[in-house]
Amino acid sequence: MTTEPARKGAKIEIAGLRKIFETPRGTVEAIADIDLHIAAGEFFCIVGPSGCGKSTLLRILAGLERQSAGTIAVDSAGWAVENAMVFQDSGLFPWMSVEENVGFGLMTRGVPAAERAVRVEAAMRLVGLTQFRRHFPHQLSGGMRQRGAIARAFVTDPAVLYMDEPFAALDAQNRTILQEELVRLWETTGKTVVYITHSIDEALFLGDRTAVMTAHPGRIKEIIDVPFPHPRNLMELSVTPVFGELKLKIWRVLEDEVNRARASEDGA
Amino acid sequence: MSMSGRGEAARHLRQERLLYLLSPIALLILWQLAIMAGLGDRRFVPAPTDIAERFWLLCISGELPWDTVVTLWRILAGFLIGAIPGIALGLAMAMWRGVRIVVDPLIAALFPIPKLALMPLILLAFGFGETSKIVVVAIGAFFPVIVNTYAGAANIDKIYIDVARNYGASPRVMFTRVVFYGALPLIFAGLRVALAISFIIGTAAEFIAAKSGIGYLIWSSWELLQVDAMFVGIVTIGLLGVITSTLFIEVERKVIPWKAP
Repeated sequence: MTTEPARKGAKIEIAGLRKIFETPRGTVEAIADIDLHIAAGEFFCIVGPSGCGKSTLLRILAGLERQSAGTIAVDSAGWAVENAMVFQDSGLFPWMSVEENVGFGLMTRGVPAAERAVRVEAAMRLVGLTQFRRHFPHQLSGGMRQRGAIARAFVTDPAVLYMDEPFAALDAQNRTILQEELVRLWETTGKTVVYITHSIDEALFLGDRTAVMTAHPGRIKEIIDVPFPHPRNLMELSVTPVFGELKLKIWRVLEDEVNRARASEDGA
Repeated sequence: MSMSGRGEAARHLRQERLLYLLSPIALLILWQLAIMAGLGDRRFVPAPTDIAERFWLLCISGELPWDTVVTLWRILAGFLIGAIPGIALGLAMAMWRGVRIVVDPLIAALFPIPKLALMPLILLAFGFGETSKIVVVAIGAFFPVIVNTYAGAANIDKIYIDVARNYGASPRVMFTRVVFYGALPLIFAGLRVALAISFIIGTAAEFIAAKSGIGYLIWSSWELLQVDAMFVGIVTIGLLGVITSTLFIEVERKVIPWKAP
């Protein structure tokens, strides 16, 4: 019963990506030699110990930082916008109403006001925010704000969605609901999603594949297929034996890196 | 919040505002009683009732209303002439490194100079007319505004800059929709300080270089030893300060509705 989306998001080819930061105490290699091929329309998750450079990788992909070496090719032909990012802290502008926030990426790109209003309305309906259009972000709950951030990303019709632990700050119930909504949106729109998380459960709920990153510098250690069919029921999925086995498998890969990251933090 | 909760909060606010009047009124009563009890020489320290009487006489003679208008005009004109370039230049400093490198040392050198020390220089340049008073107020208002605007614009939470860049904001949109609004709470803090400084400098400038205005009223009354008229001037400045500051808070509430209460 899966409805195949009419088009698929961008294919992403990453080759030899490195990022070196200059600090007063010398150079720090944040990410090293990352090669990745992300298929068009894939939901790709990245897990790794904190400080492993996964956020840096995403910021480079989103064009917020420049790599020190390597290439990124994103094939976004047929899409209005190459990418849009959803941050952990919603990043909704406190001085704009929900409506203005959702329409921000359309306003910057000169979409006429009439068309903007229609698209913003549709995006707000998609995430259930229409009653709150005139509210300011501080009047919304954390979950509502994150819905607003997701609407702001989807409304620009990007080929790729970069998401940096978008639900990490939410309580468990809100997180589950928003995960379900995100999967539903992804299934119907066919966008490519690159999703960073520190939760293995979340990676298994959402992703087609999950990459585990190493600590200091960040490399791709292993990529694990997540074979669950769509549409997924996250709660039912979580009690299947395959889910448990995969979770343990990913944890085994991740465990060493978490310990290594902690050891180097203690040593520093 | 429920409607009844909101009504209750409003009532609390009204109550609190009434309570604000309590301590000044108590002080005035104590003052009156002390003078009536013969503590202090009434020629040098008039009672509140003496001041009130003189206040009324100066009102009906038209002297006080005219001085008030003159002083308010000088202070508000100077405030605006100083504050608007302060905002523009403060934002420019945050946007362009070059501007900051040029302007920063000038602020460091000029901000600490007492602006009244410039009064002779300003009189030489602009003469004894209205311009000189407005200029000295403008100079005084300019510095707190530029410093606060720059601080507000330079310290905007990085995530808003990231979002704006990721969503394709042009430099113009970045400036007008992100940096300006992000800096607005601190801009208003700067404007508030600048307004108080404008009153201080405006009045003081009238002591030494004017033939009208509340400052002139205070100073000339002192020279003629009309202490009650001097107090009328002082009280008037205080009242004007309270009124403008209250209006200012209302404006701020309208302009920054997103600021958490």
